[in-house]
Amino acid sequence: MTLTKLLTATTALTLVASVAAAEEMTIVSWGGAYTASQKGAYHDPYSEKTGVTIINDDSSAEAVAKLRAMSEAGNVTWDVVDVVAADAIRLCDEGLALEIDADTMLADAPDGTKASEDFGDLLVSDCFIPQIVYSTTFGYRTDLVGDTAPTTVCAVFDTEAYPGKRSLEKRPINNMEWALLCDGVAKDAVYDVLATEEGQQQALDKLATIKDDVIWWSAGADTPQLLADGEVVMGSTYNGRLFAAIEEQKQPIGMLWDAQVFDLDGWIIPAGLSDERKARALDYIMFATDTQRLADQAQFISYGPARKSSAPLVGKHKTLGIDMAPHMPTDPNNAKNTFLYNYEFWADYRDDIDAKFQAWLAK
Amino acid sequence: MSDSTANGPVLAADGTPLKRSLSRAMRRQKMRAFMLVAPLLIFVLLTFIYPIGVMLSRSVQNDIVPETLPETVRVLGAWDASSGELPAEAVYAAFTRDMSVAIAAKRHTRLGSRLNYEKTGFSSMFRQSGRKMKKLDPVADAPFKDKLIKIHKGWGDVETWKTLQTYSGLYTSGYFLNAVDARMTPEGMAWQPEDKQILLKLFGRTLVMSLIITGSCILLGYPIAWLLANVSPRNANLLLILVLLPFWTSLLVRTSAWKVMLQQNGVINEVLVWIGLVPDGDRMILINNEFGTIVAMTHILLPFMILPMYSVMQTIPPVYLRAAKSMGATNWTAFWRVYFPQSIPGIGAGSILVFILSIGYYITPEIVGGTKGVFISNRIAYHISSSLNWGLAAALGTILLIVVLALYWAYDRIVGIDNVKLG
Repeated sequence: MTLTKLLTATTALTLVASVAAAEEMTIVSWGGAYTASQKGAYHDPYSEKTGVTIINDDSSAEAVAKLRAMSEAGNVTWDVVDVVAADAIRLCDEGLALEIDADTMLADAPDGTKASEDFGDLLVSDCFIPQIVYSTTFGYRTDLVGDTAPTTVCAVFDTEAYPGKRSLEKRPINNMEWALLCDGVAKDAVYDVLATEEGQQQALDKLATIKDDVIWWSAGADTPQLLADGEVVMGSTYNGRLFAAIEEQKQPIGMLWDAQVFDLDGWIIPAGLSDERKARALDYIMFATDTQRLADQAQFISYGPARKSSAPLVGKHKTLGIDMAPHMPTDPNNAKNTFLYNYEFWADYRDDIDAKFQAWLAK
Repeated sequence: MSDSTANGPVLAADGTPLKRSLSRAMRRQKMRAFMLVAPLLIFVLLTFIYPIGVMLSRSVQNDIVPETLPETVRVLGAWDASSGELPAEAVYAAFTRDMSVAIAAKRHTRLGSRLNYEKTGFSSMFRQSGRKMKKLDPVADAPFKDKLIKIHKGWGDVETWKTLQTYSGLYTSGYFLNAVDARMTPEGMAWQPEDKQILLKLFGRTLVMSLIITGSCILLGYPIAWLLANVSPRNANLLLILVLLPFWTSLLVRTSAWKVMLQQNGVINEVLVWIGLVPDGDRMILINNEFGTIVAMTHILLPFMILPMYSVMQTIPPVYLRAAKSMGATNWTAFWRVYFPQSIPGIGAGSILVFILSIGYYITPEIVGGTKGVFISNRIAYHISSSLNWGLAAALGTILLIVVLALYWAYDRIVGIDNVKLG
């Protein structure tokens, strides 16, 4: 008797639990300050509005591999995933992400502009919903560069004027472009040159001139740490990391916005969700990527909102109280000379050039 | 009666031959023992052996090509790649039919990513062609050859079709060739161009550095294990806690701590400059190279060496050393001829543990290894999580597994695996 009762009670509990679980969704992102900014701008208001509990999973760095494994196992446990645009393209190609129709699935701007126009060119893949524009750019130690602070990206290759180590990311993307730019290749021609064997060699040869002076990083936090410790004079990293080092930790670091490379980060919805979960994920996306919400995120972190209509709404930092607009990579003063990550090119050439780059590094 | 027992087989009480009765009883016992380990065995098979087997089998699988383009593969088989001429219209027609099915199922871009590993440019070619080929009718719009070449000039390149033909089988040796810096061409195997050769070098470096790390663990661990085994139990416990302490700290924290210690403005360099041993302008480079990797990994893996050594040394009776000395042996002779041979099983067990762990390490080399201190596992991780080239990752993993098994076999032949003890 007691056993039957126990079993009944357990079954009932499990049922209740599974109903309760239906009001939960798992959102995958990068963790740290970035997830915190999303929590402040999107998750908390959404939970308040709908009562859905949001579970954060900090797996974005391995999202592509994990999603593929989940999809092969037939058990996708994520509802919404934050990835960089290049990964979104990969996931879309692999059929692992849901295709999005911007005009029907995303909110219009307050003035009635359709989402596809509001996001414009930033909709780089059929599956990708852009969220922020970030940039990979250089920071330098103001006290170690002498009297003349660097103003162009080519200062990185000028070890005469700026002796000392510099940190660069341990991958070809961005570094090859900067090398060619500083080797006299015109900005419009960079990818045409990089598509040829000679062009790739030219870029590696240019990088070879500073190879002994480079510390190669693989995590975004490396360069701010190396700068803070005085290990390097200048180094590349994401602009938000430099903002945190300069404004929050008050390090003697300056921003070098020249030839910053714009990249996008945003959402995808995994393919193969049940109708109910898909509907909830789409509802969340509709809410979290509207004009006001995207502008809100900039109160927490210095990345530019991906909608044109959000830019005028960017206000002050929530805790520091400083104006955020001048710290956005998209601010006209910072964006005098920029570079847009060429997704199509790198989707093709990434593996080929990466093999060459790694072989060159190991030499 | 005594005659019958002398001539016939020995019988058990119930009249069956004793041998059979005994083996039946033994079988029951064996079955019971097996049933006891069965849950664990099934668990290991299902959650360990099977997934690893599936993963490793990816190193030869190539079914995505013949499954996505079944008709093309068949028609293309008859094409003579060495003729230098483009395939006939029949191939293009078959390709258009296959693609219209694949595009409807959104599988063409997956195939593009797969083939992009072999020839750069396939990824965008399939993606762009897919968008435009949607509008083609696989029957009404024939002929297709010129139309396809107009859609993407890649379809007018003989190399494109050569690659497709080379990789049209259900299975391929391509990934294994890639894993040893070679590649498959229509003419057979060829080495990768020199500026892309890196994997063999990394295999070699992984093996050499793992051996160095194992060696330095032996050198550092042996005295500590000896001390542990020979001080009073109270002190031994305290020391043991100190040995185990690193286990309670996160691996990342330990590795990052080495960064703070070893970097050019780090603790060690600062102290050396302060003492005056090293000039300020010429600080030592201790990290982001082989040295940093060896130091950090030796530190992290040291407990795996000390513990088996310690538990073996504990079983060596101290009277042997005393006996040797009483018979006139010097300290060194007593140690080298009497103590050391008895501690070899501990060294063997520790070395195998440390070597196998270090051969598959990747977090620490990634953080402190710079360009000269990274291991083959870093490339495996790259291909698993970044490039999604799981076939190549599986091939690299298989080779690594075979190398480890070969070394284990060699160890068994030279030292003998019976000579390994964990206590």
